Amino acid sequence: MAVVGAVQTLGAGAEVRPQRSGWLPYLLLLPGMAWLAVFFALPIAVLFSTSLMVPVEGGEVGEYAPALRWANYAEAITTYWEQFVRSFGYGFLATVLALLIGYPLAYTIAVRARHRKLLQQVLLVMVIAPFFVSFILRTIAWRQILADESVVVAVLKAVAILPDDARLTATPIAVVAGLTYNFLPFMTLPIYASLERLDTRLIEAGQDLYASPLQTFRRVTLPLSMPGVVAGTLLTFIPATGDYVNAALLGTSRTAMIGNVIDSRFFRVVDYPTAAALSFLLMGAIVLLVALYVRRAGTEELV
Amino acid sequence: MTAARRRHLALGDWLLPLYAAIAFVYLFVPIAYTFAFSFNDAGKSNLVWQGFTWDNWADPCGAPGVCGAVLNSIQIGLLATLAATAMGTLIAIALVRYRFRFRGSTNLLIFLPMATPEVVLGASLLAQFLNFRVNPGFWTVVLAHIMFSISFVVVTVKARVASLDPRLEEAAADLYASPMQAFWRVTFPLLLPGIAAAAMLAFALSFDDFIITNFNSGNTDTFPKFVYVSATRGIPAQANVVGSAMFLVALAVVVLGRLVSARRRRP
Repeated sequence: MAVVGAVQTLGAGAEVRPQRSGWLPYLLLLPGMAWLAVFFALPIAVLFSTSLMVPVEGGEVGEYAPALRWANYAEAITTYWEQFVRSFGYGFLATVLALLIGYPLAYTIAVRARHRKLLQQVLLVMVIAPFFVSFILRTIAWRQILADESVVVAVLKAVAILPDDARLTATPIAVVAGLTYNFLPFMTLPIYASLERLDTRLIEAGQDLYASPLQTFRRVTLPLSMPGVVAGTLLTFIPATGDYVNAALLGTSRTAMIGNVIDSRFFRVVDYPTAAALSFLLMGAIVLLVALYVRRAGTEELV
Repeated sequence: MTAARRRHLALGDWLLPLYAAIAFVYLFVPIAYTFAFSFNDAGKSNLVWQGFTWDNWADPCGAPGVCGAVLNSIQIGLLATLAATAMGTLIAIALVRYRFRFRGSTNLLIFLPMATPEVVLGASLLAQFLNFRVNPGFWTVVLAHIMFSISFVVVTVKARVASLDPRLEEAAADLYASPMQAFWRVTFPLLLPGIAAAAMLAFALSFDDFIITNFNSGNTDTFPKFVYVSATRGIPAQANVVGSAMFLVALAVVVLGRLVSARRRRP
C-alpha cells in the first residue's frame, strides 16, 4: 500500500518508456553533474581530508597540514557530545511537534476542504505563506514575540500558564518552538500531497465495517498517508537537526546545537579540522538514522 | 451517512477545524509581527512599538545597508536561478527520457545535496575555497546557490517531464520535424510550466538562504545575512518593509499562478 502511495506521491504520471540513444543523455547530464561533482562531491572529499589535518608547527593560526589524525574525531565527540545529543533531541522534538500540528492541518485541508476547492487553495497558500517572509526575519520576529516584555508573555502570565518569574526567550522551549515553526510547512505539504489522493470511500468502508473513527484512522488513513509522513519527517528532521540559526537567535550558549559549534569552530577559532570532523559526524549520524527510519517505515522506494 | 454515524463524528466535526485554526494563528503570528513593525516609528532600534508611521515604506533604503544587501540577493538569485534551471532541466529530461549507465549514481548525486545538512554543505564548500586559495565573496555565493538549487530543479521538472505524452514528440517526427524542431516546438512549450515552477523555487531558495551563504560570502552582504548580523542591535524597520514587500510579491505570484492554471483547466 505504502509503495503505491509513494509512487503516486512522486507524481510519476504516465509511464514513459525510456529510449536508448547513444551519447545524447550523457551530454544532457554533463553540465549539471559536473557542477555537482565540483561543488558538492569534491568539497565533501576536501572536508574529509580537512577533518584529519594537524596544525602546522610554528605556523600561523588557521594553518593546517595534511595528515591522517583520526584522533580529531574522538576529541570532537568527547568535547561536544553534549551539543550532539542536544541537536538530535531538539531535532526529534521539533519533528514530533511538527507532525502533531502538521498532520491535522494537512488532513483538514486535503480531506475536509476537498469539496470546497477555493477554500482548499486559500488554505494551502496560507500554509506556505510563512516561507514568503525571510527565514531569518521570522525567527527574529519570534525572538521579539517571546521577549520578556512582550504582550504574549504578559498574557500567558496573566492567565497563569506561565509563573510570574518565568521567561520564554533564551530557553530550550524557544529554540524548539522556533525549529517547529520554521520547518512546519515541510511537514504539512508532503502529508497534504498524499492525503489529497486519499479515496474517502475507503474511510466510509471502514466505518461500514463498524470500525471506530480511531480504528479507521489507524488502519486505513494513516497507512495510506505514510509516504507523506515519511517524506515530511525527513524534510523536517534533517534541516532542524543541522540548524543553528534558531539556537543562535532564540537560545543561549546553554542551548547551543552542533551547527553552532561548527560555525564558531570555523569562523571564530579557525579550527578547521574539528569543524570538519563535526560536520562529518553530523552527516554520518543523520544518514544512519534516516536509513534506519526509511527501512522501518518500509518505503525505500521513496528515495 | 446515517444519523447515528453523524452523531458519532460530531466531536471531530468542529474539533479538527478548531485545531487547524489554532495552527494557522501560530503560522501567522510572526508574519503579522513583521508587518506591524514595518510601520513602527522606530528610529534606530525596532524592538518596541513607538507609534505608527508610513516613513519606512516611503523610504525603504533609509537604513544603511538594506538596499545594497537586497540588490546583492536579487542579483545572486537571478544568476543562480538561470544556471541551476538550465542545468537541472537538462538532467531531468535525460533521467526521464533516456536509459543510460550510471543511472543509480546519477540519482544518488542529485539526492544527496538535498539530504545533507546546510552547515555541512556550507562548511565543505568553504574548506574547498580556502584550500584552493579562492577568496569568498559574491561569486562564491553564486556558485554555492547554483549547487544546492540544481537538485530541487531536477525533482520539480522531472515530475513534469514524466507526465508528458511522448507520442506528441513522435507525432512531430512523423510530420517531418527534426529532433531539434520537435523539441523546441513541441516538448519545450509543454515543459514550460514545470520549468517556471522550478525557476521560482530556485529563486526563493537562493533569496532566502542564510547558512550556506554565511559560510561562503566573505564580506558580501545578502539580505538574510544583513538581517542576521544586525539582529544583535535590533534590525532596522526598513528590513521589515523589505520582508513584508517580498511576502506580498510572492503571495501575488502564487495567487496569479493558481488563477491562471485554474482558468486553463476549465475549458
